[in-house]
Amino acid sequence: MELYELTLSQAAEKLRNKECSSVELTESALKRISETEDKIGAYITQTPELALEQAKKVDQKIAAGEKLASLAGIPIGLKDIFVTKDIRTTCASKILENFIPPYDGTAVSKLKAQEIVLTGKLNMDEFAMGSSTETSFFKQTKNPWNLECIPGGSSGGSAASVAADQCFASLGTDTGGSIRQPAALTGIVGLKPTYGRVSRYGVIAFASSLDQVGPMTKDVRDSALLLQAIAGHDPLDSTSVPKEVPNYSEFLQNDVKGLKVGVPKEYFIDGMDAEVKNAVEAAIKKYEEMGAQIVEVSLPHTEYAVSTYYILAPAEASSNLARYDGIRYGYRSTEAKNLHETFIKSRSEGFGDEVKRRIMLGTFVLSAGYYDAYYLKAQKVRTLIRQDFEQAFQKADVLITPTSPSAAFKLGEKTQDPVQMYLSDIFTINVNLAGLPGMSLPCGFTKSGLPIGMQLIAPAFEEGRLLHAAYAYEQATDWKTRRPSL
Amino acid sequence: MTIQYETVIGLEVHAQLLTKSKLFSAASTSFGNEPNHNTDAVTLALPGVLPVLNREAVSMAIKAGLATGCKIANTSVFARKNYFYPDLPKGYQISQFELPICEHGHLHIKVDGQEKRIGITRIHLEEDAGKLVHDRGDPEHSHVDLNRAGVPLIETVSEPDMRSSQEATAYLRRLRDIFVYLGICDGNMEEGSFRCDANVSIRPMGQEKFGTRAELKNMNSFRNVERAIEYEVERQKALLADGKEVIQETRLWNADKGITESMRSKEEANDYRYFPDPDLLPLIVHDEWIEAVRQEIPELAHEMAERFVQEYALPEYDAEVLTAEKNIAQHWEATVKAAKVEAKKVSNLYMTHLLKLQKEIPETFERISSEIAAEILNMTQEAKINLNMAKEVLDEIAATGKEVKKIIEEKGFVQVSDTATLEAAIDKILADNPDNVAAYQSGKDKLFGFFVGQTMKALSGKANPQVVNELLKEKLKN
Repeated sequence: MELYELTLSQAAEKLRNKECSSVELTESALKRISETEDKIGAYITQTPELALEQAKKVDQKIAAGEKLASLAGIPIGLKDIFVTKDIRTTCASKILENFIPPYDGTAVSKLKAQEIVLTGKLNMDEFAMGSSTETSFFKQTKNPWNLECIPGGSSGGSAASVAADQCFASLGTDTGGSIRQPAALTGIVGLKPTYGRVSRYGVIAFASSLDQVGPMTKDVRDSALLLQAIAGHDPLDSTSVPKEVPNYSEFLQNDVKGLKVGVPKEYFIDGMDAEVKNAVEAAIKKYEEMGAQIVEVSLPHTEYAVSTYYILAPAEASSNLARYDGIRYGYRSTEAKNLHETFIKSRSEGFGDEVKRRIMLGTFVLSAGYYDAYYLKAQKVRTLIRQDFEQAFQKADVLITPTSPSAAFKLGEKTQDPVQMYLSDIFTINVNLAGLPGMSLPCGFTKSGLPIGMQLIAPAFEEGRLLHAAYAYEQATDWKTRRPSL
Repeated sequence: MTIQYETVIGLEVHAQLLTKSKLFSAASTSFGNEPNHNTDAVTLALPGVLPVLNREAVSMAIKAGLATGCKIANTSVFARKNYFYPDLPKGYQISQFELPICEHGHLHIKVDGQEKRIGITRIHLEEDAGKLVHDRGDPEHSHVDLNRAGVPLIETVSEPDMRSSQEATAYLRRLRDIFVYLGICDGNMEEGSFRCDANVSIRPMGQEKFGTRAELKNMNSFRNVERAIEYEVERQKALLADGKEVIQETRLWNADKGITESMRSKEEANDYRYFPDPDLLPLIVHDEWIEAVRQEIPELAHEMAERFVQEYALPEYDAEVLTAEKNIAQHWEATVKAAKVEAKKVSNLYMTHLLKLQKEIPETFERISSEIAAEILNMTQEAKINLNMAKEVLDEIAATGKEVKKIIEEKGFVQVSDTATLEAAIDKILADNPDNVAAYQSGKDKLFGFFVGQTMKALSGKANPQVVNELLKEKLKN
């Protein structure tokens, strides 16, 4: 068995027991990257020299008998949305093609404090706008289970890299499903924490009221470990919540007897992909066998989620992306003859089509005369959606749904039809609108061998409950033993 | 018959708050640094940064609201005002729109002895923009200085309650005095820390409906505000007299030409696409915070002026002039308390001499402490020196900071009150001018001044004029 096949916690364990060094783990991951990256295309920027340097430092500390943090010496990748000091950060956009930040974001600082080893910056949809990683300016990331398929998005590079064993875990961000959907489509575990649980400082903003950082890992235990490292209040993010962070590993329990698992009826509809439906229904049955209590719940405003999201997220994005104006940093058109043209040409040439589409959408819904009909109304629907969940959690401890309506689709299949693409997030968007924690984990495979994911949803700040329910299911099944053959 | 028009004016005032750091970041706000020195990742709007609200700025806004009788909102909301300009790094300004922190206030002004209440619609918090620099010898490029970007401002919006340029400037002065006395703004119009836009319209006398307004910008002194409004009123009257219409637009005051010029019409105005800033939670201000701020509010300019009139029997005019600047008002009052001279005399010294001196030498009131001013005033009272000498001593202190005693010694300023010396001098003068003595004694009273002058001259100006007067009168009797 190769070292790169280990999970994060197994690798950390081996390192602690001095069965391997950080340099060995790093070299193994780097070797795997060089073997598979041509096929997968997960990285926008690789940082092998830095990785080895960091690994050596950790090994020296181990040799000196120093006590190390739990993630020290483990190769981890970052979605290229995380601002990294002195390391190019592009957000997969031409407009930031050569942007080298002078500072680290909070999540990155926390991982640095743990002395992780950075493998590089991972591909994504441009500014996290997309569900297939096809809107990246740089490259197309492929699904390790089938190289003709997309890996999901927007954190497609983060998902594919973990699924292909190029790194032991990665960080993604999730605005409408961007951690959970690619996790589902690549057969890994993706956790979107409660809004406010992890700092957004140093995460390039897409939609500020929805964006959240989370771990993408090979299993549930790793998810708990990585969440532990990044969670907590940050004075630099006014929307992060000053609430104590529990010890997430303590929630990794097998026993789910009496756990009330809610099944929202609106998420199991006619016409949805039968293989996905069957897999999630089988998982529900599994919970029942394990002693959980299955209850039906209703989230009546589910059908409005996608339209609500595609008003609010573009509205915020249109404003968040105004800073890319060609003045202080980033791409500036060489064709511009005056100030007005500098703005117009730099942005027209620097942003891709999907980003421009959403900027226009957002600009429209915020403009005078339309604000009340769109933005304000969407905010009201958002409140109703939040209340739906509050009601549902009166009856259930966690909710279970499919993560995505289908398994990974073919490259190019939905690029001409934005609305079809937007519907990929139909089961995940609600969770962002309500600010709740949600998690995707593998629950089966299609006949053609593509992974299927299920989503668990918990009340705000109950990530522990998610980890508990997910861990018990993972222990009772063997989906995670299947790996893509590359 | 010509139609009589009434002028309607509402003012929007932007005041820079004297916080140490910016409204949403830790970058410094100190004035006069190298361009872009007062910046950090947040000020530059680098990707990924987030705003964190400066609580000191909130306290200052609350203070401004309380001092102008506003209701302080327990919940207010920051909103994004979206537009593109190189001095606006984020592409939006964080401001307050629907729910400002202060509303429904007022203040009183006095014009031609008439007191008038001017309503304040709202005071809200927002961040300042940076500055563009064009004249650096390179016509191909402009430069952006973001030192000012993100500096906290409060915008005070008045009701359209003013009816003349005099009322507008009276309101502006009162508002400035309040902010300066509160210690929240330095009130410097030339440097732009206190800026005023004026909405000006006219309507036929007696008509209730407002006329179409023009928004005037770029007036960097009280005088310019007054001139711009006066020009604009005449411009609008002329338009209406010609049967034309006033259009709603923004106009820039050109101080050199003394006219307002169109900048953009209503149609060209930006659609700012305001929406609540999702990076900031609603600002919650509990009553305890408001009460704590209320305790910190000092005596304000007009309150102090009223007290000076009551307590020291000063004329209203003196009280107003002396309280125009808080540190001078405090300096004056300390001098009054330390000096054995009546308050009006102290006031005279300030009004006729020290205030002018300060314009030439800004350190005047630091070098001439209240104790020193009182000491010198006491010396004149005790006739040790006369008033002209006193002024000369004060000039010297302001210029050099030297000690009082030393200056008096150096200048030989010891007033001669000794009767024997004075009598000897007077006797000589009378003896030398028998014709004038005779003329005086035969009724030419005006010649008295001649004798005083001669005496003073004989003693190089150091004679005590009171004693000289008495002695001369006595000696000229016969």
